[in-house]
Amino acid sequence: MSVLVYTELADGQFKKSSLEAIFYGSKVATQVGGSMTVLVIGSAADEELAKAGNFGATKVLHANAQNLTAENIMAYSKVLSETAKSLAATIVVSAKSSLADAVMARAAGALKAGLVGNVVELPETSNGFKVKRSIFTGKAFAETSITSDVKFIAIKKNVLPLEETSNSAAVEKLSVDTGSLTESSKVLETIKATGTVSLPEADLVVSGGRGMKGPENWQALLDLAEALGAATACSKPVSDLDWRPHHEHVGQTGVKVAPNLYIACGISGAIQHLAGVNSSKVIVVINKDPEAPFFKAADYGIVGDVFDVLPKLTAAVKAL
Amino acid sequence: MKILVCISSVPDTTSKISFEENDTKFSKAGIQYIIGPYDDYALARGVELRESLGGTLTVLNVGLADAEPQIRKALAIGADDAVRIDAEPTDSFFVASEIANYVKDKGFDLILMGRETTDYNSGVVHGIVGELLGIPSFSPVMELKLEGNTATLAREIEGGKEKLEASLPLVLGCQEPIAEWKIPNMRGIMSARTKPLAVIAPSSEALTSIEKYELPAPKGACKMISAEDAGSLIKLLQTEAKVL
Ligand SMILES: Cc1cc2nc3c(=O)[nH]c(=O)nc-3n(C[C@H](O)[C@H](O)[C@H](O)COP(=O)(O)OP(=O)(O)OC[C@H]3O[C@@H](n4cnc5c(N)ncnc54)[C@H](O)[C@@H]3O)c2cc1C
Repeated sequence: MSVLVYTELADGQFKKSSLEAIFYGSKVATQVGGSMTVLVIGSAADEELAKAGNFGATKVLHANAQNLTAENIMAYSKVLSETAKSLAATIVVSAKSSLADAVMARAAGALKAGLVGNVVELPETSNGFKVKRSIFTGKAFAETSITSDVKFIAIKKNVLPLEETSNSAAVEKLSVDTGSLTESSKVLETIKATGTVSLPEADLVVSGGRGMKGPENWQALLDLAEALGAATACSKPVSDLDWRPHHEHVGQTGVKVAPNLYIACGISGAIQHLAGVNSSKVIVVINKDPEAPFFKAADYGIVGDVFDVLPKLTAAVKAL
Repeated sequence: MKILVCISSVPDTTSKISFEENDTKFSKAGIQYIIGPYDDYALARGVELRESLGGTLTVLNVGLADAEPQIRKALAIGADDAVRIDAEPTDSFFVASEIANYVKDKGFDLILMGRETTDYNSGVVHGIVGELLGIPSFSPVMELKLEGNTATLAREIEGGKEKLEASLPLVLGCQEPIAEWKIPNMRGIMSARTKPLAVIAPSSEALTSIEKYELPAPKGACKMISAEDAGSLIKLLQTEAKVL
């Protein structure tokens, strides 16, 4: 059995979630006694790509094409399915992300492969092929067996603690012709917050709810996020009210996050909000209402006014 | 304009999840089912487009007979007719190939659905449908405008959004704020009773199956820190929780 890991780049470097997928893929390859290949499409230096070796890869296939945007999803999924075919890969792994999900979905469709997402553990391969995945937005798990010959799995963030070595992987060029597949769509404009930590990738997240009272009060929260190097997030009403941009909205109908630390400021902890954050390792809740439901899902809690508590936390972080 | 909206029937988002038969089956007892919240956004936008551009809007569900109240609700909100593919929707590839098999040769311009279902959260059905039909698929789409054969849409990306232009036919996975959820009115509810709902037998096979369910381990007690001494939390996060 051979394993193929589909990875993504951000600013010429592997995304952290992709390094996690490489590490996961190498563990799967060891488990099934097969080899592992990493596929990367986009522009990056060979030295950067060789770093896949630190996380268990020996070989990286690099298609030096334009970075992935929505307009080349079809082209990229074709590269992935063709590469899987030519390597006779039977297990294809990626980390979940909105573009990788699209590429994986189309490639799985092309190969008639069973695809399971939100996988949270290494597969069980002693009898068939089973993976444990999170379902009901983190409220439960399902042990799922994949019965097709080729198996696609997309892993959740923070599934395995990364172990880094100092090996380096061989980088091979892969030439691809993706031209004809992009004609039916065209990106007109990309609007992206710059210089901020990406929310789905973040290890630390500071999030605000309606208890923040208005967009003009966000500075106290931004200060803490900046001191921590954390990404910022918000509850649904906050983005509905346009206090914060939509891409910060977490929960059942928003971004699902799984950071090491999630700090909730003035958020009540409605079940739909918890659904997007319950995979966080440690949850801190700051709320002036001691009966707020969020405390039941929290590891640490402070009953108090956010505007009083936030500056104290920021000062304590700066004093570290 | 010929529009198809695919909807899932899922437990209400406040449902308490539990399992039965030795954790091999989801307990439906006491569960209130709803149209998948993301599918509901897709439906709302589909109805708006159907109203402004004319044409037809068909709603499709892969599900058992117990999903019919949700299908009737979609008809009450504004779909013209409905199709139910009579099978338990347990596997993404299975659901996608049922949709693709139905769509084939029917000349739909636009196939809308939610970005993911809120029960199994796979978020891949639109992509697989697009691949099986050989047409582009985009998700998560938060704005959609049509002009002739050209769609202008915005999809959410990490930290922002991407605006793009694509020609029909397309498969789109939708999310807010593409449209506001619609509530059926009395006239809609009355007319939904007589709108056609075809039931079709499934024709493909699932590639995955769920063997066992599990609930997460209960959370330990929450450690409370006084607001006066809030700064001490940071030390605890560093030395006790080891996340800083
Ligand atoms: C189908 C569906 C899907 C949904 N999806 C989502 C989702 O994805 N994400 C999401 O977040 N919500 C979602 N919701 C909405 C959800 O039910 C809640 O309404 C929402 O999460 C509440 O947001 P909030 O906690 O910011 O506001 P509130 O519930 O109003 O809570 C504000 C909190 O702030 C506290 N507070 C007020 N002032 C202060 C102060 N000065 N200091 C400290 N604390 C203070 C209050 O005690 C209160 O607990 C969904 C709802 C539905 C029906």
